[in-house]
Amino acid sequence: MTSSDPGALHAQTLSEAPCGRRLFIHALNAASGEGQEWVARLRELGFIEGEPVQVLRRGQPGGEPLAVRVGVSTFALRRAEAACIQVMPADAS
Amino acid sequence: MTTVTVDTSRLGPPLVALVGNPNCGKTALFNLLTGSRQKVANYAGVTVERKEGRLQLPSGRRVALLDLPGTYSLAPHSPDEQVTCDVLAGRFDGERRPDLVLAVVDATRLARQLRLVLGLMRMGLPVVVALNMTDLARARGQVVDADALSAALGVPVVSTVAVRADGARALLERLDLPPPAPAGLSTGGGDQVVDDHRRVRDILRQLGLDSLQAHAFSDRADRVLLHPLAGPLLLLALLFVVFQAVFAWAEAPMGWIESATAATGETLGALLPPGLLRSLLVDGLVAGLGGVLVFLPQIVILFFFILVLEESGYLPRAAFLLDRLMGGVGLSGRSFIPLLSSFACAIPGIMATRTIQNPRDRWVTIMIAPLMTCSARLPVYALLIGAFVPARTVAGGLALQGLVLFALYAAGIVSAIAVAWLVKRFGTRDRRQTLMMELPDYHWPSLRNVAIGLWQRVLIFLRRVGGVILALTVLLWFLASFPAPPASATGPAIEYSFAGMLGHLLLPLFEPLGFNWQIAVALVPGMAAREVVVSALGTVYALSATADDTAQALAPLIAAQWSLPTALSLLAWFVFAPQCLSTLATVRRETGGWRAPLLMAGYLFGLAWLAAFITYRIAQACCA
Repeated sequence: MTSSDPGALHAQTLSEAPCGRRLFIHALNAASGEGQEWVARLRELGFIEGEPVQVLRRGQPGGEPLAVRVGVSTFALRRAEAACIQVMPADAS
Repeated sequence: MTTVTVDTSRLGPPLVALVGNPNCGKTALFNLLTGSRQKVANYAGVTVERKEGRLQLPSGRRVALLDLPGTYSLAPHSPDEQVTCDVLAGRFDGERRPDLVLAVVDATRLARQLRLVLGLMRMGLPVVVALNMTDLARARGQVVDADALSAALGVPVVSTVAVRADGARALLERLDLPPPAPAGLSTGGGDQVVDDHRRVRDILRQLGLDSLQAHAFSDRADRVLLHPLAGPLLLLALLFVVFQAVFAWAEAPMGWIESATAATGETLGALLPPGLLRSLLVDGLVAGLGGVLVFLPQIVILFFFILVLEESGYLPRAAFLLDRLMGGVGLSGRSFIPLLSSFACAIPGIMATRTIQNPRDRWVTIMIAPLMTCSARLPVYALLIGAFVPARTVAGGLALQGLVLFALYAAGIVSAIAVAWLVKRFGTRDRRQTLMMELPDYHWPSLRNVAIGLWQRVLIFLRRVGGVILALTVLLWFLASFPAPPASATGPAIEYSFAGMLGHLLLPLFEPLGFNWQIAVALVPGMAAREVVVSALGTVYALSATADDTAQALAPLIAAQWSLPTALSLLAWFVFAPQCLSTLATVRRETGGWRAPLLMAGYLFGLAWLAAFITYRIAQACCA
């Protein structure tokens, strides 16, 4: 994402999203080299641009892993995995 | 035992492969279609289970059904997904390409699952879609029109309810019709996942199937079961019950099996004249068989709980709660239950690692499972502690004997953490670990699926592990009985046997640990099962009594003959002691090769030797 992308203004990663907020997937970015494979996997699981997504809860201690709702499915993601997912508030789209 | 190699490349009945996402009810459908007519084996070279069943269609035609490992996509990310993809592409050695793909689709998760169907259609095989869990979708207000979906997709779609006895009737009728033509679907120009996603979304929108809400009951249940405070407490209570059951409930049936073994041995012994045949049958075969069967109650109880937890959807939640804890040493939450079970016995624990999907996590869990102090080590601990640790209290009312026992358990746990951490730190082959684990909807476990799963574990244990354990027990009997002592012998018979020679031969290795030749000789039959060391020591010290009395008679004897450093050194040895042969046989079976069991025996031997050596030297220095 470049800074000229208007969506990037509101985008944050799913790993930082507060619990319960309804969000949309804006983009998937590989945070590191091995992230490429993570991104491919996440999209196969249904984390696809435009899909509604929501952090349901975080594990304790340390706020990890995250229970994430995408579509009607729920997945447990580690923070680094969730960091590959860029999200936007539901009202910003 | 040779590797179970699967070769179905020869001609047989038409092969139908079941393919679907994890948690789509695929195995339940497989169970419904084939009942108990299933063969479970391992694919050659990988720790992936191969399940095949036979099925008779209404017309009388026979079909072979292959339950391929669950997969989210046709771009494999794990060894089991790799198997599915290779079999479907016809490039898996020893497996013929399926004649028909039965794509199992969870009707409550259509969007993701239909993308897999599109991928399957692209592989050029005839595809039939089994629309499963239609009852659950209907209960949540979504009625799926199978014909309309079939028209939109271009492949036959049949509704099934895998948890109902007649839930697959329509499917059987469809399988009886000639297979559809291979579904041709061209590869799109752009991003395949996005293309398929759009296509599926359009189909679902058109058929009014895009309004399903998330499972409300599961969300409500998770609010409690995954609660930061209540969740771990409930998990702890549950684990306590499971652990208690594996330990306590198994005790009675294990006692029955032991007495039945003893009674059979006595009966046989009375019938047969004294001699080689009697010794082989009674001391070798019957004792060996009994030694295998005695693990069965623990395996049945543990797997009953694991299967119920897995079927109901709770097991991934337990892994969620424990992920941080286990993640600290580079494992995932799924390793917890196998490790906990290993306190009862490493064999069911290692068999339970099948619930760990990540192969590296599974491997490490198997490797450290024996460091959890299994119940077979208790008789040895009890004997040594009773003989050497004074029964007094220290530091304000703590029993010293209990404290030593606790220290032995703690030493095992701490070293398991250390080993896992070392593998994480220096294991360079693996990349960073992924979790990405689905938390499926909760549902009632089906008794039928639990029963079939339990039956399969029992068969695997008895057939594959039992054979090896029995063979090794007979081998140890041979070593301990031959050659017979000379007529002029004064010492116990075992001293003149191969086992005795082996013990003497190994003595230089064990002498630095403070072990005398009696201990070294007793360690040889002790490889069959740890508690055998107690009776073997009894044999070496020429005591003839039953096992329980042996310990009582032995305690003052060894207390008089061994030094305290020797006893402490032997205790340290047993914290790590190279595994009993049954465990190594299980590891061999579960990992499909000799590498893991040899590595395990080697590293545990090294650790045990080092720990005993250090303990002995320190104790000697302190006592001097």
